[in-house]
Amino acid sequence: MASSMCQGIIRNSRRAAALGRFMSTASWWGHVEPAAKDPILGVTEAFLADASPDKVNVGVGAYRDNNGKPVVLECVREAEKRIAGNLNMEYLPMGGSIKMIEESLKLAYGDDSELIKEKRIAAVQALSGTGACRLFADFQKRFLPDSQIYIPIPTWANHHNIWRDAHVPQRTFRYYHPETKGLDFAAMLDDIKNAPNGSFFLLHACAHNPTGVDPSEDQWREISHLFKIKNHFPFFDMAYQGFASGDPERDAKAIRIFLEDGHMIGCAQSFAKNMGLYGQRVGCLSSFCEDDIQAVAVKSQLQQLARPMYSNPPIHGALVVSIILSDAELKSLWLKEVKAMADRIIGMRSALRENIENLGSNLSWEHITNQIGMFCYSGLTPEQVDRLTNDFHIYMTRNGRISMAGVTTGNLGYLAAAIHEVTKASSS
Amino acid sequence: MEDANVSQQFPTTNWRLSTLANHLTGHSPAMASVNQNPALSPSPTAGSNGAAASVFASISQAPEDPILGVTVAYNKDPSPVKVNLGVGAYRTEEGRPLVLNVVRKAEQLLVNDPARVKEYLPITGLSDFNKLSAKLIFGAGSPAIQENRVATVQCLSGTGSLRVGGEFLARHYHERTIYIPQPTWGNHPKVFTLAGLAVKYYRYYDPATRGLNFHGLLEDLGSAPTGAIVLLHACAHNPTGVDPTLEQWEQIRQLMRSKELLPFFDSAYQGFASGSLDADAQSVRIFVADGGECLAAQSYAKNMGLYGERVGALSIVCKSSDVAVRVESQVKLVIRPMYSNPPIHGASIVATILKNSEMYNEWMVELKMMADRIISMRKQLFDTLHERGTPGDWSHIVKQIGMFTFTGLNSEQVAFMTREYHIYMTSDGRISMAGLSSKTVPHLADAIHAAVTRIN
Repeated sequence: MASSMCQGIIRNSRRAAALGRFMSTASWWGHVEPAAKDPILGVTEAFLADASPDKVNVGVGAYRDNNGKPVVLECVREAEKRIAGNLNMEYLPMGGSIKMIEESLKLAYGDDSELIKEKRIAAVQALSGTGACRLFADFQKRFLPDSQIYIPIPTWANHHNIWRDAHVPQRTFRYYHPETKGLDFAAMLDDIKNAPNGSFFLLHACAHNPTGVDPSEDQWREISHLFKIKNHFPFFDMAYQGFASGDPERDAKAIRIFLEDGHMIGCAQSFAKNMGLYGQRVGCLSSFCEDDIQAVAVKSQLQQLARPMYSNPPIHGALVVSIILSDAELKSLWLKEVKAMADRIIGMRSALRENIENLGSNLSWEHITNQIGMFCYSGLTPEQVDRLTNDFHIYMTRNGRISMAGVTTGNLGYLAAAIHEVTKASSS
Repeated sequence: MEDANVSQQFPTTNWRLSTLANHLTGHSPAMASVNQNPALSPSPTAGSNGAAASVFASISQAPEDPILGVTVAYNKDPSPVKVNLGVGAYRTEEGRPLVLNVVRKAEQLLVNDPARVKEYLPITGLSDFNKLSAKLIFGAGSPAIQENRVATVQCLSGTGSLRVGGEFLARHYHERTIYIPQPTWGNHPKVFTLAGLAVKYYRYYDPATRGLNFHGLLEDLGSAPTGAIVLLHACAHNPTGVDPTLEQWEQIRQLMRSKELLPFFDSAYQGFASGSLDADAQSVRIFVADGGECLAAQSYAKNMGLYGERVGALSIVCKSSDVAVRVESQVKLVIRPMYSNPPIHGASIVATILKNSEMYNEWMVELKMMADRIISMRKQLFDTLHERGTPGDWSHIVKQIGMFTFTGLNSEQVAFMTREYHIYMTSDGRISMAGLSSKTVPHLADAIHAAVTRIN
């Protein structure tokens, strides 16, 4: 009876539609323009559409093994076996998994960190690095509405989108030196000095994306010292801990230096690359406070921003992370696996540089091995990149960023030859 | 000894002093020159001892979430007869959370598949999941789907779908006001406000009848500005459990279309309300059938028990496929700076189940079982109150639908029930039927009886 009533009503609706009754025929969205394609993700789309057997994808920032295949870490598979069938899927608290947060903080700040013991860190589980940055940006806007964010040139493109959507005004500071393909340290210090006291700065903790150029330890100490004088707020985006050098402790050195100097930092952590959990969207946002009471207050306010965005964060990835980090055996396995990934990339850097040099290039390619992490800022111009794509079916972003994770022993020679080919005309 | 006490009482002071000391022994020439530079005086906010105060020092603690606060209080109570009717998550007859068998099966398939990877999903999420979700809510034969007029993106459960939809509207729709029912889920106003919309209310619940204030609803929507956005609970209204009848939905549809009001459906209980997926989607389908546009937020939290996995979808039904393509591209720009792309695990479970007809049927059976248990709790509570001779009309308990019942009890009565009978519920009189069992119904009935007879 109910269903025939439904059908009757739907028939009436359709009749109304046919007669154009009750509403206009124009769409509300007729004026909506097609959005520009994401520059990074567009590269993979183009790669997939290419039929050439020689094609190489060094665009996307996801790890590939030497066969060019994505990898699920053994420690992750094991953790998932323990989850499936055993745990329920109830809502996490708004701030996420307490266990995962504890382990994340230990990873970032040291197992025995006094600061963790003092409970001075406000921390919430976030939707990977993006989500952590966005929560912080929203928090910054809400509680320090007059503040701005200083972002390095260049940076991951989405950083600009994140702070823009949070309505926090942006400034930039000089970072990459195109001539040396290294750090423009003097200019960076200059810009830090000239920023008004108490400015917010976005710093890449290690393996700067997209350049792979990191300050040295001494340079980090100077930066920290200058930040102290200027009372700037250091916000670290740490997306590659363990993935850069192979050693998570070493990759967290910049953060540790700043903490030793007494900075109350903010930090966005991601487990996308170092645990290969990309699509699980697992991360952590932490912010240091004066005391435990303040930390509770700040955390409660971060939760108030998460609640109207997604209520509470996804449980699966958080369980994987906390199981791995809290189990000695699994953690040890993870450390081996993350080192193996980092080592493969470091090996590919050496090999690529050697190959190009052996082809007789007059240009300097030492930046390939000086830079660190997933990306190499090759110095190739957009025109050279276009030639690589059109003539050689090699895909990368037009800023010349090469994802070393996409380089394998199989495509190394071809890639080196192609790079040499498009750059030899420019050798002086 | 004394020093130790001081450092115990003031650990942060100790830490500050030691870092200051470290600081004063700067060693590099660059740092020395920086120290001598008069342009670099320490910031006024650096504090007199040189250590910086937190930039967030003035932040006060946010109030506890009223709903989650109920569970916190319940957990603290040592009474053996305590009952938690606060949280909106399904519980079995034994009072335990439930993971559906079919979900476990899907999980095992996923975990045992060596070819599965954890790569980033596209910004719009898992494509299969999106198509199947649209079919689920709009019906496989829906002309909107056949004509490719629906843009569907995977989002973080219902909340995430509402937020992304709200942000899209705030950027691209000509009206920035959304009308939401009075009352509604506590998070709705915050979601839409942060999305950039202005929130207004339309009358919905009638405390006198404990049913729908249909007249008030029609009046308020009738006087809304042309083109305003209207939030509609597709079924099983939260928190009241009061739904319009199909005839009432048809009247609402006609009124809204005549005023060009834009429907935004929140569908968090499809299949969970009546036990039938199709019946619970009728409100949405009559709107789509008339060829007009609308938005729909879907959640799999309750109907697949995937709560913490955060699985949902936002669909935008457009007049043409060309428009749908452009709309989708703009929705991506909302998502990318929020979290880049959605979590893969829960959506994979849903897609696995929806695309396999055997598993789909299993799901329907388990879903109906959950809905039936809740319906039977309603009946039991109503019958028990009737037997007790509890004063008042309690028929709304069986007329209302879904997880929640708006009992009509006032906050004083609720406080009494908590104090004397250890019944935990929100102060607006809402009870989660999912938290009841045959064993606890009598106790609740006793509590209600006592509350209405002793407290006015």
